[in-house]
Amino acid sequence: MVVRWIAERAVKWVLIALAFSALASLLLIAVFIFKEGVPFIVRVGLKDFLLSSEWDPQAGRFGVFAMIVASLCVTFGAMIVGAPLGVAGAIFLNEFVSRRITRIVKPAIELLAGIPSVVYGFIGVVAVAPLIREHLGGPGLSLLCASLILGVMVLPTIMSVAADAISSVPNSYREGALALGATRWQSVRMVILKAARSGIVAGVILGLGRAVGETMAVIMVAGNTVQVPGSVLDPVRTLTTNIALEMGHATGLHRQALFATGVVLFVVIMILNALTMAAMKRGHAGK
Amino acid sequence: MKPAIEISGLNLFYGLFHALKDVSLAVERRKITALIGPSGCGKSTLLRVLNRMNDLIPECRITGSVLVEGRDIYAGGEDVCALRKKVGMVFQRPNPFPLTVRENVAFGLRVEGINEPGAIEQAVEESLKAAWLWENVKDSLDRSALELPLDQQQRLCVARLLAVEPDVILMDEPCSALDPIATGKIEDLMIELRARYTIVIVTHNMQQASRISDVSAYMLLGEMIEMGPTLQLFSKPRDRRTEDYITGRYG
Ligand SMILES: Nc1ncnc2c1ncn2[C@@H]1O[C@H](COP(=O)(O)OP(=O)(O)OP(=O)(O)O)[C@@H](O)[C@H]1O
Ligand SMILES: [Mg+2]
Repeated sequence: MVVRWIAERAVKWVLIALAFSALASLLLIAVFIFKEGVPFIVRVGLKDFLLSSEWDPQAGRFGVFAMIVASLCVTFGAMIVGAPLGVAGAIFLNEFVSRRITRIVKPAIELLAGIPSVVYGFIGVVAVAPLIREHLGGPGLSLLCASLILGVMVLPTIMSVAADAISSVPNSYREGALALGATRWQSVRMVILKAARSGIVAGVILGLGRAVGETMAVIMVAGNTVQVPGSVLDPVRTLTTNIALEMGHATGLHRQALFATGVVLFVVIMILNALTMAAMKRGHAGK
Repeated sequence: MKPAIEISGLNLFYGLFHALKDVSLAVERRKITALIGPSGCGKSTLLRVLNRMNDLIPECRITGSVLVEGRDIYAGGEDVCALRKKVGMVFQRPNPFPLTVRENVAFGLRVEGINEPGAIEQAVEESLKAAWLWENVKDSLDRSALELPLDQQQRLCVARLLAVEPDVILMDEPCSALDPIATGKIEDLMIELRARYTIVIVTHNMQQASRISDVSAYMLLGEMIEMGPTLQLFSKPRDRRTEDYITGRYG
């Protein structure tokens, strides 16, 4: 009896400790990045750092504007590709094919999420980039290529979360709509998507997070030139890839500048999350 | 006058399970027909035959003829959506959509492609009045329908049905989730609606069947045992099994 009581207590405290250590390590990471990055920003000046597009560590020029723009463009592009396809796929799996097919296809798609990003990057380099180069022009490795590859990468995440949201919509809504003479598609559009909205937005946020943070595949397919893209065919360098490309050989001020890039990335992700959360809240209010 | 619905020789299978066995039934226009019988005898199944909701169940197979207003609804080429607008359904658990009260009622019109605000507004008001809900919700048309009390939700489900102007209303134990007072209101509403609609109701409640229905049909294990005017069926049932059931000796 007493032993069991002690065991229960112990398990509880171990779990609490684990939860807190996860939180603490997150906090530590943030503190570490900010400690290294913020002094640099103070020294160079926030305006010069954020609003200049000139990145030349040798010459002591550290402007990340182009990379912020590139990160936003690549993420946005990925969502344009991934979100509609993911949501459409989720609808299709839930509403328009038989249970049996869903049971086979859905796990297969979820498996796609486990493919290492370097493989996606590889496919981008050998298959997608040449196509873009030959048919649309430009160097091939570009904003467009990165968006396409990332869009496919986030697709399984969005699709599986959205599919779960849609399949948890009570069947009574479906029946109610059909019983009023709605077609399948009308019932989806007018009732089911509205009922599943918050879950679908959650899926899109997850996909968004993955797209902003993805590094390996982007390094391989985005071309990595520091510039504000003039068209989707231009090569770009994002915040994440900038850090990954230069961290290995950076010292002193340059190294600090990369941490400051991390700070910017952190803030960008926070803002994107806040925006999507706000969008989700609005969705709830309409219910 | 020909009956609104005529079923003859209907057999229905869920896979190998024979759920309805050679059922025949005639439903008269502008009357309330009650389907009664013990749990699992196929009342809901029979009701869902009438608006082809069983189409949603892949392993469901049907033979026999089901005529609604003289047309065989299971003949090839029937427009199921049009049928369901003519033959509406109220479910056991109130199932308003997670939309505003107004949009719930407007749903059927929007399905038809009617989006003109004036027309919507008028249909919403008329339907809510016909379902005796207008006084309760006229100031909260833009609130979520899910916030209404259960009995108002159920009347909202009736209202959104009336908005599409059906001929027949199917009700599957519409009061089973409601308390006695709310049940009374729905029953009164049904009696009022009888003047304009043909109503088929499934109920477990013998008193309810005798209070509101004109015609009753007793089913047992997928068979139609007996059908006739409610007064007669409840006072002088022809079949022993019907008598056992309504006197509570069943089982
Ligand atoms: N989708 C289905 N697949 C297989 N069998 C089913 C299905 N739906 C119903 N049945 C079976 O068909 C029979 C009739 O079911 P039904 O729901 O019509 O009964 P009911 O008379 O409405 O019962 P209750 O009073 O409990 O609602 C039951 O034995 C049930 O188990
Ligand atoms: Mg039933």
